[in-house]
Amino acid sequence: MVNFVMSDSRAVLEGPDIHRALTRIAHEILERTKGARDVILLGIPTRGATLAKRLGERIAQVEDVKVASGSLDVTMYRDDLRSGPARALGRTELPADGVDDKLVVLVDDVLYSGRTIRAALDALNDLGRPRAVQLAVLVDRGHRELPIRADYVGKNLPTAKSEKVKVLLTEIDGRDAVELIK
Amino acid sequence: MNKHLISAADLSKDDALLILDTAEELGKVSERSIKKLPTLRGRTVVNLFFEDSTRTRISFEAAAKRLSADVINFSAKGSSVSKGESLKDTALTLEAMGADAVVIRHSASGAPYRLATWVRGSVVNAGDGTHEHPTQALLDAFSMRRRLGSLEGRRVTIVGDVLHSRVARSNVLLLNTLGAEVTLVAPPTLLPVAVDTWPCQVSYDLDAVLPKSDVVMMLRVQKERMNAAYFPSEREYSRRYGLDRDRFARMPEEAIVMHPGPMNRGMEIAAEVADSPRSTIVEQVANGVTIRMAVLYLLLGGEI
Repeated sequence: MVNFVMSDSRAVLEGPDIHRALTRIAHEILERTKGARDVILLGIPTRGATLAKRLGERIAQVEDVKVASGSLDVTMYRDDLRSGPARALGRTELPADGVDDKLVVLVDDVLYSGRTIRAALDALNDLGRPRAVQLAVLVDRGHRELPIRADYVGKNLPTAKSEKVKVLLTEIDGRDAVELIK
Repeated sequence: MNKHLISAADLSKDDALLILDTAEELGKVSERSIKKLPTLRGRTVVNLFFEDSTRTRISFEAAAKRLSADVINFSAKGSSVSKGESLKDTALTLEAMGADAVVIRHSASGAPYRLATWVRGSVVNAGDGTHEHPTQALLDAFSMRRRLGSLEGRRVTIVGDVLHSRVARSNVLLLNTLGAEVTLVAPPTLLPVAVDTWPCQVSYDLDAVLPKSDVVMMLRVQKERMNAAYFPSEREYSRRYGLDRDRFARMPEEAIVMHPGPMNRGMEIAAEVADSPRSTIVEQVANGVTIRMAVLYLLLGGEI
């Protein structure tokens, strides 16, 4: 199939790369949390939530443990809410027994300024008191504006601030890819 | 969405669905231990109530507080209004206090429209005379959607004092926007003159409509607005238009019963019908806070 993507958009990760990155992160989570017994994967909508679900399935394939996953919408906690019209909300879905005393791994597609993760930490704070919070991202593109770093990274992607990183996932976009748009 | 919420007719289908979907998410906040969001920190909401209303005022107050807005309650009794201050001067005072939104309840139909021309903030109509009460219609639609799923093609019957009911008018407009089919049932004396221009059916016979209803909404007989003989006696009204046990039994099995409250038990609705599991009356109160949170968030959450 000929792909008429605009010439300034370049795929940096293809489907199989994303698959491998997630498998590696699944292994790393199992290793760092010694078996992921009390882990909850909380994805930030929309693509983070899809990635959290996939990571949960991947962990279940690697070692036979069932890891709870859910989604955490951070819209109401964003610091840029007032720079545009009110945004539609995403879904928040927590596992039935909550986040108290669990190890929460936040999952997002792209880590950039760190402001979304700051909002997620605030949102989490209102939902309970996890034992610890870690962060997994598919792409870390740099340019942090807050003291936040990821514990698990699919790919470190050096970018210019003027560029855009677009993550596509089969469940939402029909195919898996990470594109860098100049 | 518009800057103000004055009439249910201001809402497009997309607006209405956005409010309902937002409320669906915000409803979860009421279930958690910290029932508060920081979103409207630093925004000021004024509750301007010229007419008595406990439940609507508390509902707006709870909604604003759960979103961390500052709330100023202004009721006409014992205020400068009882000293003869005009609506305009009251509005300018609120303006000077920096109100980002004014929630107004007034006995005069159209008061919120006037207010909106005087203040810079958003105006939310919490009931004006016999005109409209859009957040009640939204919470009713939300309660129906939670019980029945989509409202598209659902048959909603609204029974009672349509003439004096702002709830009925807002509901007819909003439900029509959302694709439901509304039938009003009332004695001819309690229907407005121009009801034939409303987007709904009209019937005088409750028993004929009941078996074809997915939702039956009973309206309160508003004794305080009844300054003429609209029906011969309460007993006769109750016989012909009240939802009693026998009529309830003739409704389709999955149909629900609603009432905007406060109820006259034994008059328009029998106590056992009001307390049945198919009644959404208590849910409607809880949903009221949720839907008002959604409205306040969508009006004030972004750039204003």
